[in-house]
Amino acid sequence: MAYNVKEVVANKPSRFMAGHRMCAGCGAPPVARMFLRALHEDDHAVICGATGCMEVSTFMYPYTSWTDSFIHTAFECAGATLSGAEAAYRSLKKQGKLSDDEHTKFIAFGGDGGTYDIGLQSLSGAMERGHDMVYVCYDNGAYMNTGIQRSSATPHFADTTTSPAGTKVPGKMQVRKDLTEVMASHHIPYVAQTIATANFKDLYEKAEKAIYTKGPAFVNVLAPCPRGWGYPTDELMQINKLAVDTCYWPLYEVENGKYKITYKPAKKLPIEEFLKPQRRFKHMFKPGNEWMIEEFQKELDERWEALLKLEEITNKE
Amino acid sequence: MSIRERLSGNEAAAIAMKQINPDVVAAFPITPSTEIPQYFSTFVSNGSVDTEFVAVESEHSAMSACIGAEAAGSRAMTATSANGLSLMWEMIYIASSLRLPIVMSLVNRAVSGPLNIHNDHSDAMGVRDSGWIMLFSENNQEAYDNLLMAHRIAEHKDVLLPLMVCQDGFITSHSIENIELVEDEKVKEFIGTYKPEHYLLNRKEPMAVGPLDVQTYLFEHKYQQANAMRNAKKVIEEVSRDFEKMTGRKYSFFEEYKLSDAEVAIVCMNSTAGTAKFVVDSLREKGVKAGLLKVRMFRPFPAEEIANALSHLKAVAVLDKADSLNAAGGALFEDVTSSMYVNKEQVPVVNYVYGIGGRDTTSYEIEGVYNDLMEIAKTGEVGNPYRYFGVRREK
Repeated sequence: MAYNVKEVVANKPSRFMAGHRMCAGCGAPPVARMFLRALHEDDHAVICGATGCMEVSTFMYPYTSWTDSFIHTAFECAGATLSGAEAAYRSLKKQGKLSDDEHTKFIAFGGDGGTYDIGLQSLSGAMERGHDMVYVCYDNGAYMNTGIQRSSATPHFADTTTSPAGTKVPGKMQVRKDLTEVMASHHIPYVAQTIATANFKDLYEKAEKAIYTKGPAFVNVLAPCPRGWGYPTDELMQINKLAVDTCYWPLYEVENGKYKITYKPAKKLPIEEFLKPQRRFKHMFKPGNEWMIEEFQKELDERWEALLKLEEITNKE
Repeated sequence: MSIRERLSGNEAAAIAMKQINPDVVAAFPITPSTEIPQYFSTFVSNGSVDTEFVAVESEHSAMSACIGAEAAGSRAMTATSANGLSLMWEMIYIASSLRLPIVMSLVNRAVSGPLNIHNDHSDAMGVRDSGWIMLFSENNQEAYDNLLMAHRIAEHKDVLLPLMVCQDGFITSHSIENIELVEDEKVKEFIGTYKPEHYLLNRKEPMAVGPLDVQTYLFEHKYQQANAMRNAKKVIEEVSRDFEKMTGRKYSFFEEYKLSDAEVAIVCMNSTAGTAKFVVDSLREKGVKAGLLKVRMFRPFPAEEIANALSHLKAVAVLDKADSLNAAGGALFEDVTSSMYVNKEQVPVVNYVYGIGGRDTTSYEIEGVYNDLMEIAKTGEVGNPYRYFGVRREK
């Protein structure tokens, strides 16, 4: 059946409840809510949160926003923690201690700090071991929970509190790590990169595939942060749209090694369109800094071209 | 009929785990405990256990996976040593705060640095305030027996704390000794099935574990943990009594060896107790009233009981196989002396730091300690209470 956002929102109960303390205009809560809507209604889920904005804002004792079972242990080990829960599930099922007809799905949520950086080893281990689980990274491109410090997901030149745009050093001087590609190199059954678009189709479909693909899956979701990026809170969805229309954040999936770009903008917009509304890139628009925008565009074009080639190569008969 | 075998300490631990048949084992190899997960993987590969073995990529992930597995509603176990435990340290506290009765085999080894793979107790001393129950074992038999008692203690509803069974790296982990094993069926019956009250995989009652716990709640949660540790004393007593009924082997908070009529005594843990017993016997033949107190239950610490047991002595030496580097004395020494002070037992007590990084501990050195104690008993002069033996140093 074709995807219909009204059907999904009307017929599938939210498993991520209102009342949490995430900021207005944050990109992460819509991701969690829509992702969990992709769960089949009869299926139970064990969700694991890495320490970060989402975890501290959604599960502050004695309240929780999660209607499924939820576990948080520490910052760097959502992958390992959830892999333990999944191993327990397999063990108990094998021994007949859980009935055959009940199904539990395992989903981890971590920010880019808990995923690209401190939790990369734990994630890599869990994926390599083949646990039947999904790891979702909500990537807001810096350590936002502790106050906007640079991460390896922070884009080139961005102004953060540990890569401040100063008079000698104009922001973060290193390029962004491509974690989706790192995860694709694990040769796991399903890897995807997505974003919350206006009708959530791309996100929802990839969530469903990730959850119901047997074995490990990784989904990287760009989740803008109004505090860290510096955009008005009501412009979240426009920022998301610009991220995909400039090909800053290509939407694609890698299913059993085959790449598929799920959105190719009819007209690829120049990167300025994405950079301009954000305070973190403001210094790039000062006279004399044109080279920064040029360099940014060049890097982005190279990555987009490489992705197009990967799609072509992996789909050759 | 019990089974007579010859096993190393690591084999004994692995056999105990096989008989316990936990649902999940997550472990990462580190000398000298590597053999435990190694033997155990063989049991998994040959289908002699029902366990899912999670071959994690680090000890941090080993403890994280054990936490996930135990919270999910299964029995989880692991084994480690030294730096492995150091890497787990963050998760060690989280495991106990989430009240998960995970059981660990800790094969004691010196924590780096510099790197050293041999035995001392610096790994265990680093987690002495982490909220884990800590049982120490003189030999392979005790390491095995303590593991068989572990789940009954840890999973008790008044306790619900993780538990580690310690034994000395190489000294007992790699030495083959005679051992009496309990039959599989008896072990199964003794341990019983694990029925957690709340668990993640219970779809009828979804639960949330590990919140952000701010000023308004954390104190109360920590107080509950402290109470659980207080409760553990009674439970350890009960389980040890049941174990004695099954095997005839008696376990208490500590072992008193020729202590009741002794005038001087040593307090120590793990394998050194074996050497000390040999020295006590030879001194007794010479008419010296020497005794020994071997601590089995280090956490919870039996403060009042130890103070009482040492109250009649003329001098006591506490042996610490880890230096606290605090210019005041080792951890066991401080626990013993403060227990005696609080219980108003005024006996001269000295501390010896020894055996660091696997430095061999000889019967002559132990005898030297008893000689010092007799001198203290005679003169009443303690002098420097923070002493060493077996270390080369400038005179």
